[in-house]
Amino acid sequence: MLPNPAKLEGVIDAMAVAEVKGRSLWADARTRFMRNKAAVVSLVLLALVAAFALFGGFFAAWERDFVDFSLTGRNAHMGVPSIETGHFFGTDNNGRDLYARVVQGTGISLMVGIVGALVAVVVGTLYGATAGYFGGRLDGVMMRVVDVLMSIPFMFVLILMLVIFGRSILMLFLGIGLISWLDMARIARGQTLSIKNKEFVEVAVATGVHPIKIILRHIVPNLLGIVIVYATLLVPNMIIFESFISFLGLGVQEPNTSLGALINEGAGTMQYGTLWQIAFPLFFFVVTIFAFFFVGDGLRDALDPKDR
Amino acid sequence: MFSFVARRLAVAVPTLLILVIISFILMYAAPGGPFNSERPLPPEVLANIEAKYGLDQPFWKRIVDYIWGVVAHFDFGPSFKFKDRSVNDIIAQGFPVTLTYGAISFLVAIVVGISLGTAAAIRQNTWLDYLAVGISIGAQVLPNFVMAPILLLTFTLWLGWLPGGGWNGGEWPYLVMPVIALSTSYMASIARITRSSMLEVLNINFIRTAKAKGLPMRRVIWKHAMKPAMLPVLSYLGPAFVGMITGSVVIDSFFSTGGIGTFFVNSAFTRDYSVMMGITILVGALTIIFNLLVDVLYAWIDPKIRY
Repeated sequence: MLPNPAKLEGVIDAMAVAEVKGRSLWADARTRFMRNKAAVVSLVLLALVAAFALFGGFFAAWERDFVDFSLTGRNAHMGVPSIETGHFFGTDNNGRDLYARVVQGTGISLMVGIVGALVAVVVGTLYGATAGYFGGRLDGVMMRVVDVLMSIPFMFVLILMLVIFGRSILMLFLGIGLISWLDMARIARGQTLSIKNKEFVEVAVATGVHPIKIILRHIVPNLLGIVIVYATLLVPNMIIFESFISFLGLGVQEPNTSLGALINEGAGTMQYGTLWQIAFPLFFFVVTIFAFFFVGDGLRDALDPKDR
Repeated sequence: MFSFVARRLAVAVPTLLILVIISFILMYAAPGGPFNSERPLPPEVLANIEAKYGLDQPFWKRIVDYIWGVVAHFDFGPSFKFKDRSVNDIIAQGFPVTLTYGAISFLVAIVVGISLGTAAAIRQNTWLDYLAVGISIGAQVLPNFVMAPILLLTFTLWLGWLPGGGWNGGEWPYLVMPVIALSTSYMASIARITRSSMLEVLNINFIRTAKAKGLPMRRVIWKHAMKPAMLPVLSYLGPAFVGMITGSVVIDSFFSTGGIGTFFVNSAFTRDYSVMMGITILVGALTIIFNLLVDVLYAWIDPKIRY
């Protein structure tokens, strides 16, 4: 017996619609991500922080390196945050506008985090994919190198480098780039090992595609999900890393600043009652780190096929 | 087992050697000698000083001498800034302090972290679980250099309960804040890792069997679940150890505890290379030894690992 033709037509219609609006893996992931409230809120917060770092400077009433000598030594009662004086976040010990400095500090901290993550994504992914794809002795040697590098206390070596070659942002980026890719290389290798025996790679090998092309065209795109997740989780770690060095006074140098340097300054003057000096940088620091962790978590839930 | 340890050692020794060579080359490549000052010394005097510290020797002789001194006599050479002290003296002064509060922090982080994580896993989705998860997320965004000023502000400036710094032979009021500041974020990570791995283990069949044969929960956890659940925690201990040693730099500069961190940062500002190198190598050696211990322990707990 034939089913009700009207109903059948409805089903066919629905199938046609479904065919037109086929859902890709990424669209699927987006839906899952959007369902995670904490992650979405964090993403909005991150956008706000980034906008603050990019455009906040236009609203600053004072230059960030302008020293108001009339405030020197009277910061505790003259440098209080207020709209009228134009010092929205108050001033620091030297009478500089804290708002403008926090804008710059947030910018530099974000940049450090993103550069570290980018290096990790490019170097780490390619390194890990190469080691995993070729396997054998090459894999052994490449991963041994990672092991050796990982067991070196890098913070100390980096500080040694900063002292010897001079403290500059470039040196800081170099140092952060040197360590950030290690974990990523391991993750990418592990993932590659499970991908390289899939049929589509076998087909590529059988049709004589060059190994380098296989890695770039077939392996790396399939690593992207997990790489993005770890890159997002890496950004806050890099920001903490940079803040640590700037906190010691070895990172970003005056008149430039980063959140770590600002927190250090604020911590040093806390006992004089100028709490805004630590509160504002700390606020942006904590919000940024929090938001990155939650977005990373959300992305992991959305992209990691294990937990579906 | 013996060959496993031997093989790990065979990797550890070259790693340490690479670290020594890297830091030596960095120091060698440094522009300007340690005795360049604002007021230039007469060349004869400079030559004399450099001869005293062996700086006039060729590169190969210096690096071989240095490595030989470190390996054979644990001698890191003289400090470039303090005329009357060697790097060994400085390490001997600072290291026991770092070791004391570092070891206490490490123990606190492990014990509290594992207890919190296990409790949260057993009472999943109760207030205890939410509290543990909340603490571990909060501690993640408060690194030690943020934690330390907050602690100082609260306990020293507002409440006046604890001394704001110093060491005083390691009496407990001087230890409280350094230990809290150093251990909290690692405690939180350990708690998080324990919770998730414990949850995973508790869902495996052999736990159900143990429960089904009527074992009390306490025994199920201690006798059956604990050992496999500890594996991920164990592999986190290596990074945690490195993080704590690095964090001691912050602790020393905040609480004036006088550990090696103080000397490291000071020598970073005075360009006292030999002290920096000595401390870097010491920390590297500790890290490598610790990682070796973790590996051995891991192999002992997990029978699936092939030696």
